[in-house]
Amino acid sequence: MTQPTREAATMRTSTDLAWGTPRRWSIFQFSSPQTFFPLAGKMVPYFAALALVLGAVGLYIGLFVAPTDAQQGDAYRIIFIHVAAAWMSMFIYVVMAFWAGMCLVFNTRLSGMMATALAPTGALFTFIALWTGSLWGKPTWGTWWVWDARLTSELILLFLYFGFIALHAAIEDARRADRAAAVLALVGVVNVPIIYFSVKWWNTLHQGASVSLTSAPTMAATMFTGMIVMAFAFWMYTIAAALARVRSIILERERHADWVAEYARSRG
Amino acid sequence: MIWHSWSDFWAMGGYALYVWGSYAVTLGLIATEVVMLALRKRNILNHLGAVAHQKETRSHETAP
Repeated sequence: MTQPTREAATMRTSTDLAWGTPRRWSIFQFSSPQTFFPLAGKMVPYFAALALVLGAVGLYIGLFVAPTDAQQGDAYRIIFIHVAAAWMSMFIYVVMAFWAGMCLVFNTRLSGMMATALAPTGALFTFIALWTGSLWGKPTWGTWWVWDARLTSELILLFLYFGFIALHAAIEDARRADRAAAVLALVGVVNVPIIYFSVKWWNTLHQGASVSLTSAPTMAATMFTGMIVMAFAFWMYTIAAALARVRSIILERERHADWVAEYARSRG
Repeated sequence: MIWHSWSDFWAMGGYALYVWGSYAVTLGLIATEVVMLALRKRNILNHLGAVAHQKETRSHETAP
């Protein structure tokens, strides 16, 4: 991470070019790492605070308010984190693939950085979904793991995240790494609908969706509320974590830029 | 409150291992990520600070 790369040279010229162009108001204004860096810094505490508050409320509902399930007993309380984490694992992948696509189409530096910043948190939630699913499956199904379509495709999602991170880390030139990893992310996005619809398309041990956009949830109102609040808590956490990580990535990759030196000096 | 006592709560109707195994690992991993994010930020800032210091001392040495 610390050795100077060819990236440094290209980086400086591209910022010089950016300085030369007349300033116009556009969405691309925020695609400059230099402009986005302080903006992200301002947003992190708000999203972190939201995540903490929603997490506390969600855990309170899930552990103290929601009644014991008639069939599954208290083992079902795992779903408050399991379902929320599983949703996030797929959602983060789609957002990551979106930034990967932006990186390939517009070749903006920040897009590649955003995709890279999302991957570890996506992998984290995928692992949590698998781990909690396993701990739920043992008392409920009598097994830690089965190779059914839902579980297998979610495991593939974890490997896609790992593959993205490893491929990015293996290529020294950060912008080439961005593009190579972006292709992998975009190819892998086909797995997301497979995970989502696996319980419909195949005969899986995993149950069908209890919550869908097209019909009323088939569970008690407090259980549903707890799950939604936890999902929002994880969502806010993801935004805070990804923004915090992208700030470090910006500093690492733009470390030869003048504004980064200026920033480091201002911090003493 | 749906629990009769705290021990009732921790027992989770006999599913303590599974429920707390899930919650503990989830919280532990998230806490680990937060620490790793803080360390990553500190590392790059330390590096930037060291580089700036190096440049400063070098410019002092070459100054007449």
